[in-house]
Amino acid sequence: MIQYQNLYNRVQVHGPADMGVPMNETGMFERQGTPFTSRLMGLIGNAQIGPIYLGWLGTISLVCGFIAFEIIGLNMWASVNWDPVQFVRQLFWLALEPPPAKYGLHFPPLREGGWWLIAGLFLTTSVLLWWVRTYRRARALGMGTHVAWAFAAAIWLYLVLGFIRPVLMGNFSEAVPFGIFPHLDWTAAFSIRYGNLFYNPFHMISIAFLYGSALLFAMHGATILAVSHLGGDREIEQILDRGTASERAALFWRWTMGFNATMESIHRWAWWFAVLCPLAGGLGILLTGTVVDNWYLWAVKHGVAPTYAFDMWAPVLDPALKGQ
Amino acid sequence: MKYALAFIGIIAGTLLTIAMMLSWERPPMASTQLGPRGLGMVEINNPRTEAKLQKANIVPEADPPAVLSGVKVKDSKDYQNVKVLGDIDTEEFNRLMGAITNWVAPEQGCTYCHNPENMADDSLYTKIVARRMLQMTRAINTMWTPHVAQTGVTCYTCHRGNPVPANIWFKNDGPPHAGGMSADRQGEGLATKAVGTTSLPYDPFTPLLAKGANIRVNATTALPEGTSKASIHDTETTYALMMHLSQALGVNCTYCHNARQFSSWAESRPQRVTAWHGIHMVGEVNETYLNSLQGVFPKERLGPSGDVAKVNCATCHQGVYKPLYGVSMVKDYEVLRLPNP
Repeated sequence: MIQYQNLYNRVQVHGPADMGVPMNETGMFERQGTPFTSRLMGLIGNAQIGPIYLGWLGTISLVCGFIAFEIIGLNMWASVNWDPVQFVRQLFWLALEPPPAKYGLHFPPLREGGWWLIAGLFLTTSVLLWWVRTYRRARALGMGTHVAWAFAAAIWLYLVLGFIRPVLMGNFSEAVPFGIFPHLDWTAAFSIRYGNLFYNPFHMISIAFLYGSALLFAMHGATILAVSHLGGDREIEQILDRGTASERAALFWRWTMGFNATMESIHRWAWWFAVLCPLAGGLGILLTGTVVDNWYLWAVKHGVAPTYAFDMWAPVLDPALKGQ
Repeated sequence: MKYALAFIGIIAGTLLTIAMMLSWERPPMASTQLGPRGLGMVEINNPRTEAKLQKANIVPEADPPAVLSGVKVKDSKDYQNVKVLGDIDTEEFNRLMGAITNWVAPEQGCTYCHNPENMADDSLYTKIVARRMLQMTRAINTMWTPHVAQTGVTCYTCHRGNPVPANIWFKNDGPPHAGGMSADRQGEGLATKAVGTTSLPYDPFTPLLAKGANIRVNATTALPEGTSKASIHDTETTYALMMHLSQALGVNCTYCHNARQFSSWAESRPQRVTAWHGIHMVGEVNETYLNSLQGVFPKERLGPSGDVAKVNCATCHQGVYKPLYGVSMVKDYEVLRLPNP
């Protein structure tokens, strides 16, 4: 049987489509669509597009995601009185806001955050079904479930922000609005309200893993590209049967920093760095407001925040305290 | 294919460059260190826009001092129905009236407020407003020195030759909303110039520039002990007001604050105390002077919700950290610094 192998070079293979391994589960969808090749996609990946496996989980997930998208979009449009011009002009500013604090955890009227809860429910259903899909497709291919668990780390952060923490705080007004700039404003306001998130140690750890992921990604990508002319891009084969590419890549890092990851361990490094970013971040969000009310004061209390000499002017006192 | 991609790239690059040149400010910028090193407490200014701003904020020349008549307005038969300025010399009074005309209604002249047949007549609403504004000016100059210091304010500080100052605000419910079952905006989520073209709450003035409003959102304890009840929405409202302050004064956050903890007074600059008094002053001015004119203004002068025009930081400051770059006009019109009768 002809096997297509994606070598790292600029040659694009436009031949008979690879239909993948046979489906061996019963009662399942077939892979759908007639595969075709795209020169443009071939520039950044495999030139072959499709066939795709959607199944029940994928179909329902897409439907739920579409419902959430529609609820958000239509409410945004309604917020500018169905004006198409303003909808386009202000699209990045428009929002679907969570319910005001006064409703607590009760279901509010639709116009006062009810739509936000419904959109969140559908979006969460969509995301969770897609998670199950990544798990089941991996299993169907006889793969490990690493992708699913990495995705679960991101879902953890999403659920902390939109559901778990608001429930602990006792109202949904603490949750993130839907909208491009509104969710960024929320982020800034959230940090200001709780005394500067930069002093939250879990935020620090999360950032370390975020930037660390970028660094590892760059190191790994660069190393493999540098040895691809020796077959270094065929990582699986190099793991099983270590060749000159792998040897040189290892030697390079051992020479430059005295230590090298292995063809196998570098992927564990990358996976854990990526996964720990949202895991630590989610913990940091979860503790904000529930356990710590002002991270700056917390950092001062525990000697984390440095002190600066404000001696270029007379001490500034809170004018509201005068006369007390 | 190769050429098509290159072509698309060139067009996209050109469009982005044009968009950048139209919306960004070109370097170099001038920066001034304001606080201890390592905190980013730096004021960044564009020298080119700064030059334009300075041109727009030149103080008009003061009229020559009055040759006093020795007669007070209240003792002269020629002046009737003078309720605020009765205590001053008639010549000083005439000089001030001339100045006010130049400051507030240079094109319309005396008849903008006065009935030319009978100057004492109160039939024009503008005269009632002007009288109240004179009381306001004196109140600011005598009772709010923690904010206006000895520089003080005159009509010109806000009016700049306009019968209605250029920077005023009304209660803002935003443009029409579809209503019905559709989600309420909750007062935010529109591109709003007044709050720095952000999507923050578009009317932070109504809740926060009122007397006795609470602007503070931070907890004063590390752990949750109930020292702050502010919601995220409250925080965004305060944030929006601060965006307005920043715009109105043409300064960054760090002009007053150490941005690592906005609430910390010990790490703030003394300017923050001045601003604190300013925010309270504006609340008092809106409550006592502007809102008291509800019912005096005709309909066309009222906002969409039927409220009177009110002041915020931009009304006086107009993009400058000290209105008119701190040049005092009231020193040439000391009668505006007398206590109200």
